[in-house]
Amino acid sequence: MTEHEPNRVPEATPREMAAVDAVVGPELNGAAPAAAARRMRVQLQRPYRRDLLLPALLALQQAEGWISPGGLAYLAQRLALPLAEAYGVASFYGLLALEPEPPTVLHVCDDVACQTAGAMELCQTLERVLGPAGSAPESSEVGWHRSPCLGRCAEGPAVYVQRLGAAGGGARWDAAQTAEEWLQAVATGMAVTSAVPIRRRPGLPQPLTGRIGRIPPDSLDAYRRHGGYQALRRALALGREGVLREIAAARLVGRGGAGFPTAAKWEAVAKSPEPVRYLVVNADESEPGTFKDRALLEGDPFAIVEGATIAAWVIGAHRVYVFVRGEYPEARRSLEAAIAQARAHGYLGATIMDEPYPLEIEVRSGAGAYICGEETALFNAIEGKRGEPRNKPPFPTVHGLFGKPTVVNNVETIANVPVVLNLGAAAYRDLGSAGGSGTRLFCVSGQVMAPGLVEVPIGTPLKEVVAIAGGLRPGRELRAVLLGGAAGTFVGPEAWDMALDPEVVRARGATLGSGVVVVFDDTADLGAIVRRIARFFREESCGQCVPCRLGTVRQLELVERLEAGRPLGSLEQERALHRDLVQVMRDASICGLGQTAANAVASALALGLVGEGSRGQ
Amino acid sequence: MNRGVSVAARPVTVTVDGQAVEVPEGSTVREACAKAGVEIPTLCFLENLTPVNVCRVCVVELEGSRALVPSCSRKVEGGMVIHTDTPRVRTSRKMVLELLASSVDLSAAGPEVAEWLAAYGAEPERYGRRAPARTARPDLGEAATVAQPPKVDNALYVRDYSRCILCYKCVEACGEDAQFTFAIAVAGRGFDAHISTEFDVPLPDSACVYCGNCVGVCPTGALMFKSEFDLRQAGAWDPARQTVTPTICPYCGVGCTLELHVQDNRIVKVTSPLDHTVSHGHLCVKGRFGFEFVQDRDPGG
Repeated sequence: MTEHEPNRVPEATPREMAAVDAVVGPELNGAAPAAAARRMRVQLQRPYRRDLLLPALLALQQAEGWISPGGLAYLAQRLALPLAEAYGVASFYGLLALEPEPPTVLHVCDDVACQTAGAMELCQTLERVLGPAGSAPESSEVGWHRSPCLGRCAEGPAVYVQRLGAAGGGARWDAAQTAEEWLQAVATGMAVTSAVPIRRRPGLPQPLTGRIGRIPPDSLDAYRRHGGYQALRRALALGREGVLREIAAARLVGRGGAGFPTAAKWEAVAKSPEPVRYLVVNADESEPGTFKDRALLEGDPFAIVEGATIAAWVIGAHRVYVFVRGEYPEARRSLEAAIAQARAHGYLGATIMDEPYPLEIEVRSGAGAYICGEETALFNAIEGKRGEPRNKPPFPTVHGLFGKPTVVNNVETIANVPVVLNLGAAAYRDLGSAGGSGTRLFCVSGQVMAPGLVEVPIGTPLKEVVAIAGGLRPGRELRAVLLGGAAGTFVGPEAWDMALDPEVVRARGATLGSGVVVVFDDTADLGAIVRRIARFFREESCGQCVPCRLGTVRQLELVERLEAGRPLGSLEQERALHRDLVQVMRDASICGLGQTAANAVASALALGLVGEGSRGQ
Repeated sequence: MNRGVSVAARPVTVTVDGQAVEVPEGSTVREACAKAGVEIPTLCFLENLTPVNVCRVCVVELEGSRALVPSCSRKVEGGMVIHTDTPRVRTSRKMVLELLASSVDLSAAGPEVAEWLAAYGAEPERYGRRAPARTARPDLGEAATVAQPPKVDNALYVRDYSRCILCYKCVEACGEDAQFTFAIAVAGRGFDAHISTEFDVPLPDSACVYCGNCVGVCPTGALMFKSEFDLRQAGAWDPARQTVTPTICPYCGVGCTLELHVQDNRIVKVTSPLDHTVSHGHLCVKGRFGFEFVQDRDPGG
């Protein structure tokens, strides 16, 4: 076989090499020959850490503002990865640029909730000041792109800012400033977002959100003074079996959208013959309209650390990965600070409280891909691969992260673990209703007076949840509610009294999903909203399987035709076409993204929200 | 791929379209169907590659499963009840074929693809007229396609991604299933996903070693011998006039079987049988492309 040397070997800049080395470890060349050989041997014995690919790509992006051929080549060589494969991974993620970008790049959310908060006006302003999205030459100071939901729906229109050489962060449009003043503030890191607003109603139990905004999130002492780490103490006293029984008796189900019983998942891994297991906390919250996990991570991070500690101990995992979406650097910092403090005080590391149990929690960042919230795509992202879902079976509890038995729990699920142990299973069940135990977090946004996070007992009627978020604006009427996000369903005003109980909602063909409640009144341009959802799936499909990769494209084309009043053939033909798309995507897609990507559009078509008459007054 | 020595796999009984069949444990649903005499259409499956189950044309209905399952990769379990010809199966297959045919040029794919399109009643034209070129935003009423000019950047083979259904076979053959060269990968995401070298550099600047194993596994003619491509461009490609001569590669002692496709007394392409015990259909640059000396009879060179 002939050895082919590439004709061009692009050079990495010193800044790029430093960024990669900071993640991967320093290069071991350049020392005295004998020492180098010895070190080389050491280096070669060390397993190549492909799982460092995504962290190193993010480091390159931050250091240089893009993934240059030279930087990527250096990184690929350091990880002993084929360059084409590294490129395939880099090109998968929305926050990694493969062309030079200006030093400040704004990702402007024009998704469903922010559209009702003035995102289109902000985009028009930016077009006027900066030119069309994605068009800024490298030489300009600020560039901008349109972005899917950024999880800042109660603070919209939301912006995520990438800055050269610095961590990214959220920003909030300030209509009181001129566009130029605001851009100046953004570029210098002055325009930062607020925390997620928590909307409360006196008298309602709030085991998940009670501490948020009331105690400093970075203080372990404050957390302990407010009930923190009592659950871990109780768990250690109960023993692993006891905790499993308690979680099962509490009927805790996953809060990520699928609603799977948590105890069953834990038990499958706890009983695995394989000694190496993992707990993965899914904080890749990207379902449009969802911001609950961000609120928990930013506002009460120790609760997540404590919940993850209990879960890991029960299932016998000694390493926890928390995969935080890339657009949430504040949440990542908050969580990492909590982990460091917990470690310093013996809650992690060699012991968990008095129990000798080695446990580490590692935080990983996403890089802009909705699909990585799918559990098997998330594994691939952590492993340094393209975030493509895997076929199931085998299921994660058998063959998960790095091929080991793995429990994946959503952040909110993990937050419920200490609650169950603190209250006891019976009291926890009593918090909810027949349809489910405990409370649920609802992310209420859209055309309400006080958008924010609402914690209510499961089974609370929709209209009450919306009322806690300030209710509709005076004089306006309800037109539709998007429940469960882009993967969810639209419901009409007739659902106003519906109990937000998974069983009741499912019986009506809808879903609670990740707790999204986006409210639209009679002024909303719902056709534009539905079009945005169709575009969302076209852009966020991983592209692996045919039904989703092409079905999402054809769905967007169909919605655009109906919106323009130019159907292909009759309206009935278009509806039949969509029914076929729904069926192939639901039946034959690899993962949950494809299987649900036509739901919202189907419900919108059924409610007459697309095309003629969909625009509000 | 089942190349290892299996230690007397236990038999497993499943039901395919009402017929009980017994297959060894570890078999796939597709293999069980074959045993029952039911042929399943496949696009991204090939005997000598690891199943990636991405095309979804091989889906079947499995009782107790909410979604349909890919028969190419799903392993049998005792008592499985499988249906291969239900309305759900037919709709999904029809839609997969229709979605592909509406966005990809399938004119150089194997003849079975056209037969499936007809058999399942696919109507690719119902998505509107085909966009003439791959673009982020086709005009209203147009159906997005992957149409693009072929990449002709070397003397041995051509990459025409307007014919690419993204079956991952070439990536597998270039990588862990055969060649371990890793010159190409899937890049981009969603409809923009495509097969690419790093930063889309031309093949001569990539790690490609021109083994042509990607060409050998491509089901749609997206990867094509330059000799075939040139004949097709000239309107002279004519399989009816071709003969296929099996022979053994003359270059080394491995003994790979070559199939020389000859038209008008010239070798126009070289393939190798998938069931070959040594090479499983994969070749190296010499066996695949090193045939010019045979036909270089012109003393002027």
